[in-house]
Amino acid sequence: MYFTSFEQFINMNGHGFYVWLSYACFALLVVTNIWVAQQRHRRLRKQIKSRLGRSAKV
Amino acid sequence: MAMHPKRKKKLILVLLMLTGVGLIVGLVLYALSQNINLFFPPSDIAQGKAPYEKRIRAGGMVREGSVVRSPDSLLVTFVLTDYAHDVTVSYEGILPDLFREGQGIVAQGKLQPNGVFVADEVLAKHDENYMPPEVTDAINQANDMGEKAGAVYK
Amino acid sequence: MSWFDNWHLPKWFYQMASPKWFYDFGARLQPWFAGLALILISWGLVWGLLYAPADYQQGNSFRIIYVHVPAAILGQSLFLFMAVAGAIGLIWKIKVAFMVARSATLVGASFTALALITGAVWGKPTWGTYWVWDARLTSTLILLFLYTGVMALNQAIPDRSVAGRATAILAIIGSINIPIIKYSVDWWNTLHQPSTFTLTSKPSMPPEMYIPLLLMVIGCYCFCAWLIMQRTRNEILDQERQSSWVARYLED
Repeated sequence: MYFTSFEQFINMNGHGFYVWLSYACFALLVVTNIWVAQQRHRRLRKQIKSRLGRSAKV
Repeated sequence: MAMHPKRKKKLILVLLMLTGVGLIVGLVLYALSQNINLFFPPSDIAQGKAPYEKRIRAGGMVREGSVVRSPDSLLVTFVLTDYAHDVTVSYEGILPDLFREGQGIVAQGKLQPNGVFVADEVLAKHDENYMPPEVTDAINQANDMGEKAGAVYK
Repeated sequence: MSWFDNWHLPKWFYQMASPKWFYDFGARLQPWFAGLALILISWGLVWGLLYAPADYQQGNSFRIIYVHVPAAILGQSLFLFMAVAGAIGLIWKIKVAFMVARSATLVGASFTALALITGAVWGKPTWGTYWVWDARLTSTLILLFLYTGVMALNQAIPDRSVAGRATAILAIIGSINIPIIKYSVDWWNTLHQPSTFTLTSKPSMPPEMYIPLLLMVIGCYCFCAWLIMQRTRNEILDQERQSSWVARYLED
């Protein structure tokens, strides 16, 4: 372990703001990309299913 | 008459694309007009390739032992070198953390007719080599030891 | 010219052209890529943030490298990937290839944007500025604009096969920018330092700094593989919603 205390880890010798901002952007990118893809998958399935249901009734 | 929403959407997109392409071309021209090279190395300045009294950038290494700080102001002078030619730079302001002797920098400012480069901005340029501090300490120590060992055999 | 007539591409190449086959193939491969990405990225993050030593000059701001370099590599690789997929679509008239290219666009654009943002955030403490118009930074910004151009073109053309062809051409032409980005630091003098991470030469840092970077890069490739497969499968569902196999899949 490079850091000896939790405060040191957060502060990063004064570079904490820059480091954590970069990692936060990375996390945001990963999470939104997953969310967008899965949301679209769910929506498409629902759409196609409801249309299939309608055509089955006719 | 109201525009068909689909066509309106298309028109907006085409306009967006046009501005996008325009922006790209503009940026390219901007980059070219400024010369794609970011800075003049000291050799170019020594050979008279850099214009006087015009805002330009000069880049190179800070010569070891050349940094002179004024005792009562933020004025700093140092020698910028590419190990072939030297340029004296004077700068008043706060230097970046990575500014060190033997380190690369890029300074923006004007070259005076007397050959002194008066900078209003100094940026630190670092190389692609990364090292933990212990390693550099060890290297420096090894060098010191080597010098001492050399002294013994002399 | 008989060798040319007898020249065959492998079977999987033609199989991939079938949307149904790709949909199943993606479903089978996705968990592996998801698992690998999760392991490699979390391993790389913990190592890079907690265990890797700080740089002797930059201190802890050096840790930004573990997100900046993977983002830049992926942003550039995915543009080439998009151009190759588009070219395959153009040459063999494969619909799925256009769908793959379309699915990669936003992913590549977001990684390029991340590279620019993290680069700016890293530039402030090390160089002393967020931005400078040097060749590396400007050509990377142009890459982001090329991505947005491809996305806008995709949106503007409702016919998917026309859009696929048009964006493929734009992506192929735009690929010229990739070697410009790569060699900008060698061809011109820039504030940006030369590459740390190359396939041909030995890394310019010790293993305890280099291995977490390698883990992050491979992990991000796996993440993109997972994501592009998911997005392509969405695209297949969308465009093939009339086919009987989609109905069969969604009934149970």
